[in-house]
Amino acid sequence: MRTNRSIRSIRSIRSIRSLRTPGGLSLRLDVRAVAVVALLLLAALTASVVLIGTGDFPIPAADVLKTLLGDGNAGQEFIVNELRLPRVLVGLLVGASLGLGGALFQAISRNPLGSPDVLGLGQGATAGALVMIVLFSGSATQVTLGALAGGLATGFAIYLLAWKRGVHGYRLVLVGIGVSAIVTAVNGYLLTVSDIIDAARAVVWMTGSLDGRDWEQVWPLLGLCAVLVPLVLANARGLRMMEMGDDVSYALGVRVERVRLLLMIAAVLLTATATAAAGPVSFVALTAPQLARRLTRSPGPNLLPSLCMGAALLVTADWVSQRTFGAGQLPVGVVTGVLGGVYLLWLLVTERKAGRI
Amino acid sequence: MSPQKEPLPEKRGTANENTRRSTVNRLSAENVTLAYDQRVIAEELSVEIPDNSFTVIVGPNACGKSTLLRALSRMLKPSQGRVLLDGQAIQSMPAKKVARTLGLLPQSSIAPDGITVADLVGRGRYPHQGILRQWSTEDERVVQESMTQTGVAELAERYVDELSGGQRQRVWIAMALAQQTPLLLLDEPTTYLDIQHQIDVLDLCAELHEEQGRTLVAVLHDLNHAARYATHLVALKGGRIIAEGAPGDIVTAELVEEVFGLRCQVIDDPETGTPLVVPAARKARTQTRTDLEKVAATEAS
Repeated sequence: MRTNRSIRSIRSIRSIRSLRTPGGLSLRLDVRAVAVVALLLLAALTASVVLIGTGDFPIPAADVLKTLLGDGNAGQEFIVNELRLPRVLVGLLVGASLGLGGALFQAISRNPLGSPDVLGLGQGATAGALVMIVLFSGSATQVTLGALAGGLATGFAIYLLAWKRGVHGYRLVLVGIGVSAIVTAVNGYLLTVSDIIDAARAVVWMTGSLDGRDWEQVWPLLGLCAVLVPLVLANARGLRMMEMGDDVSYALGVRVERVRLLLMIAAVLLTATATAAAGPVSFVALTAPQLARRLTRSPGPNLLPSLCMGAALLVTADWVSQRTFGAGQLPVGVVTGVLGGVYLLWLLVTERKAGRI
Repeated sequence: MSPQKEPLPEKRGTANENTRRSTVNRLSAENVTLAYDQRVIAEELSVEIPDNSFTVIVGPNACGKSTLLRALSRMLKPSQGRVLLDGQAIQSMPAKKVARTLGLLPQSSIAPDGITVADLVGRGRYPHQGILRQWSTEDERVVQESMTQTGVAELAERYVDELSGGQRQRVWIAMALAQQTPLLLLDEPTTYLDIQHQIDVLDLCAELHEEQGRTLVAVLHDLNHAARYATHLVALKGGRIIAEGAPGDIVTAELVEEVFGLRCQVIDDPETGTPLVVPAARKARTQTRTDLEKVAATEAS
């Protein structure tokens, strides 16, 4: 009986391994989650290399790798390092930020629908960008700043409106949907008053595209991720406890309000910056965390897997759009929109069957 | 096991009759006013949780018993007064330090999708862990022990959402046990359970109290359960303590009528000898009510 019990208990923590040092340090690793992260990273990098090689001037993957390692010929070096690499890097970073931002929002609201797409952060950023494009005919930098400001303002508004002794799941989602509807109306108004050239520019921006992204977009994204990702991961354990409800996590010694505020700010910043860089690429933030969760099959916010999934998804979607329609023809947001829309439908149907909505 | 007690600060004595001084006990509330936004639930309330007791708080609905428990577990900040844990104001103590001394089993808890029993119980170790100390052999031992004590070791690899209500409650109690706190607060741990599981959970509480010397504080709905299991009973009404003490000393027909507005007899529980509240028959109750009304009418005329 006793041996039977201990065998069972070992199986129960099946894929979780602990690393311990004599000094009392111990790490807990979910082997499956680590494998998922590694595979997704590999997939994202492979897709990146293939994507760099794709275009009017195709370059074989081996040459891409050689050039990236600083060993290519001058022509390839220009195409790879100056034209295509920054675009792919922006894609990776935007995907990663959206994946992580989405995972944070969904964990905080304890609801897969509580993602930035549904909450209207994308629309908020769009409103900021449209104001710049339509009212001021602003430069690319001004549009980016406008989008950033719009996203942050929307995030702030949602937080204030949803605040009542802490932000709670459905309240956050419902307020977000309301805010999203209002901002969408504003966007529609801005488009109708704009002239045809501005409108065309606005529509391309609104679909979400990686076209013509260069090093200028890479650095701010990279800097922000370098600060926020470690900060978020350091608070991941608290967030994991918060899955069980505010009371339980409070009782376990998590400073619930502090962790939640900090992580919401981080999530809004990540999403707003990503949107400012590439436009509102739809549904990555919604789908990446859910797909990652299905791969790791582990409870918890799955932050790192979601981040890698977002990056892999976005770069792959960009490759699909380029491959099918040629560079610059089809914005990546269309592909993620189609894939994500199908996923959203499926999610709504299963949630409904499970009786959660 | 118990951390060293720090010297208790000198308390100011006040003329307020409700004030009791905490000199020995680890957990107490001192003149607390409890309110949600503007709605005041209790004013100037003081209560002592005797060490090593199984304290049960009873009272009619909305009397503030859960609110008091929330204040004692620092979930609700008193708008006045303070809750003391080991002589320190609980709100100003580091969150994890409190969580290593005082555990709480709240009413609202959500089992994450697809979590196993062992994983959920393991989360009770959070206050003992850090980024560099994520899962020690001690954690593993305590989790196993907590599951054995609550009789859920057999279920270790099962998913929490496929368990019955009674089993699930045991798992949550196991999680609170894994926190290894000398004080454990339980907010209506028997609600939504059928009778055998209610007794089951209460037996488990009594065991934790008697065999491990933990101090337990529970809010219970059933007065008879409270009288049977509590070593110390606190009767609350309208945010005020009406009586407190050993159930055998304080549970009388008068008290029940005062607190719950229910006419009853109190007899000895044939099993345990503790007080057993038997509500008066409906006819007897309506009879007295009409009698009273007659008396009132005669007096008025």
